[in-house]
Amino acid sequence: MTECLQLAGGKVYDPANNIDGDIKDIYIEQGRIVETPSATPRKINVSGMAVMPGGVDIHCHIAGPKVNLARKLQPEDHRLDPHPGTEQTRSGVGGSVPSTFATGYRYATLGYTTAMEAAVSPIGARHAIEEFHDTPVIDKGFYVLLGNNIFLQQLLREGRKEEFRHAVAWWINATKAYTTKLVNPGGDEPWKGKKNSRVGNIDEKSDVIEVSPRQVIDAFIGAVNELGLPHPPHIHCNNLGHSGNFDTTLETMKTAGDRRVHLAHIQFHSYGGEPGKNPKSASRQIAEYVNSHPNITCDVGQVMFGKSTIMTADSALAYTLRGFKKAKWVNADTECESGCGILPFSYQEHIYVHALQWAIGLELFLLSEDPWRIVLSTDHPNGGSFMNYPKLIRLLMDREFRKEEIKRVNQKAVKRTLLNELDREYTLNEIAIITRAGPARALGLKNKGHMGPGADADITIYDEMEDKEAMFNAPRYVVKSGNLIIENHEFRRDYTGKFLHTEPGYDASIVDQVKPFFENYYSIEFDNYAVDDSYLHDHEVIASSP
Amino acid sequence: MPLLLKQIAPPEVPLEADNITPDRITGQTPAGVEKLTVMHGNETRRIGDFFRVTGQYDGVINLQGDHLGRVKFIGARMSRGVIRVDGDVGEHLGAGMSGGAILISGNAADWVGPEMSGGRIEIRGNAGHMTGSAYRGADMGMTGGEIIIHGNARNEVGNAMRNGLIAIAGNSGDFTGVNMLAGSIFVSGELGIRTGAGMKRGSVISLKDAELLPTFDYSCTYQPGYLTLYFRYLTGLGLEIDDERVRGPYKRYCGDSVEMNRGEILLYSG
Repeated sequence: MTECLQLAGGKVYDPANNIDGDIKDIYIEQGRIVETPSATPRKINVSGMAVMPGGVDIHCHIAGPKVNLARKLQPEDHRLDPHPGTEQTRSGVGGSVPSTFATGYRYATLGYTTAMEAAVSPIGARHAIEEFHDTPVIDKGFYVLLGNNIFLQQLLREGRKEEFRHAVAWWINATKAYTTKLVNPGGDEPWKGKKNSRVGNIDEKSDVIEVSPRQVIDAFIGAVNELGLPHPPHIHCNNLGHSGNFDTTLETMKTAGDRRVHLAHIQFHSYGGEPGKNPKSASRQIAEYVNSHPNITCDVGQVMFGKSTIMTADSALAYTLRGFKKAKWVNADTECESGCGILPFSYQEHIYVHALQWAIGLELFLLSEDPWRIVLSTDHPNGGSFMNYPKLIRLLMDREFRKEEIKRVNQKAVKRTLLNELDREYTLNEIAIITRAGPARALGLKNKGHMGPGADADITIYDEMEDKEAMFNAPRYVVKSGNLIIENHEFRRDYTGKFLHTEPGYDASIVDQVKPFFENYYSIEFDNYAVDDSYLHDHEVIASSP
Repeated sequence: MPLLLKQIAPPEVPLEADNITPDRITGQTPAGVEKLTVMHGNETRRIGDFFRVTGQYDGVINLQGDHLGRVKFIGARMSRGVIRVDGDVGEHLGAGMSGGAILISGNAADWVGPEMSGGRIEIRGNAGHMTGSAYRGADMGMTGGEIIIHGNARNEVGNAMRNGLIAIAGNSGDFTGVNMLAGSIFVSGELGIRTGAGMKRGSVISLKDAELLPTFDYSCTYQPGYLTLYFRYLTGLGLEIDDERVRGPYKRYCGDSVEMNRGEILLYSG
């Protein structure tokens, strides 16, 4: 049941409509924002409060087989952080990888109303959608992993570009995905197939797949842009975490030319120095390239100190990291389409590399000139839980707080960055861009991230406070699709969010080629592979524009 | 006069009573204590629904009743004071406690003092599995304090224990000191099989011979001087150890060799 509401007298931050802190009433009817309501609205006085669109997380890991494996791997993480139920909401457990219900509620308590799961293997799509069904309040979708798909790589090797595009579209339809995700493109199969071999340079053709990462990246950027998906390929570049990897990142961005592309958790890809030695910061080179190329969007993947869980389709990376941590980890093969690695982790202030990663993330935020193209993320739970967002916002908005925090970390690392010279402070309007308006625009979600007439009524209202961490930690009101979910910091009702996906067109004859490959190499029947329409309830198709 | 909690009704399903600790009860009247919550299955109930509370807390909480074996988490996370139980207790006794003392006249169920960091638990009867252990998934068990068991203990005593002392006057079950990181486990009676499997450091001492894993190497037979001091301390805690065994000698095995061989098992060989 949606209400007719009037949010009266608040300071509105709606950067997409050029409204920066103006006092303005917002009207909501039938789950949407309207100019004037047809009935008498219930008036809520929000004067003295900041009114923003609901937050949009462009890159997080919240559903699917690998997330669930991470939950099962860490009972100790859950035990210490119970999430009790209330009259309206269900119970769960928290920790760095919360249970499905707790994930939805905890996003809501930070004022986030949309989150995109960034990596689901096609074979895990059904599982991810089932978990989404139990992830309340937020709207959600996922990106499907196709960058190490053997069938698609075969098509590329044979130069069959047209069929490649149809196959990509078939896979997106079959899995109900939002867009494609490339993780260590062209790198997982060589690693799986040939005793831990690593593709160092993106022009290197491994003799396992005979396709270079650059060919894979180029083909996906081409195909997805031709299909007109609302969000371009979401790329986790090769060589994540290795010293000197900024070169790979620059080459990946150059491959795109002037075509749209999104680079995920770019902090993990901005390291200078020699491979195998301690990294240095290369954030200036990366930020300069991103600043001067309006076709590129990126999210930061900020590292926050404390407990995290490394969770990736980049099996090679998980294998490398397990050598440092020497504790429990998981490495899984995902048939012919991807890899998977999971490892509990913690980032510590006094460790050089961790402090450097933290500083590089902040540098990227502070050096970026266009807030519309850089998105706030911690690559939850890889760089830290999304529950760290309020603290991260304070680090960006409060120079003095940042200086105090800088003093607490490894000084050798800080000296190798520009962090001490960067005096920039984000404004509330810029925060509204990097957490809401920007990611919504990058995702092509026309009804989200703004509060113009017709937009989804996803709204968060914060008490204005000097301490931005406290402010963003506890919104006073959260409205989701016109429903008042949180009122005076308390849950008033439960709500099932929508599942967002795309349906690009393709030539159905491609199925005749995919099917024999399945029957030869997969453990499940072709007919059981695609996710059928019975999974689509409370969903929305976001239109493609080829 | 201690605060007395007398059980009036046996719970249908086990109670989770982590509010029965000196930390939560200090400064409360008996009526206030009766209002504290306990979990009964999936329902939140009051202590007063199951116990009659009398007396005044003077540093000691006394629990009495015939069905205390169905009460879990007594003394969980306590940091001071004394809990004295006349009877048996349920699982998770003194879980994560950091100080104070718990004295049990009867038997304890599984999970005695898991992940405790200080204080003392003394049990006159037997204890269940997982005494002083890490909870599943955690990398460290007990990190300090003492657990004294006058009867027998069952499997996985001191799983992943990092520091502190566990002394057992009777026998212990299988996997005593499994994945132990450091600390001491003393067993007067028989050890079960696979003692010290995966141990990194620490000592397991037994007054009887035992069958060990092949990954433990015999190093020498000697009379370790520190044991004399150790035994004097244990005798002070009420354990009986005869003079012959105090003198030794003891066979020393080091292991687990899959984990660098830095732990030790000492077996009496008189």
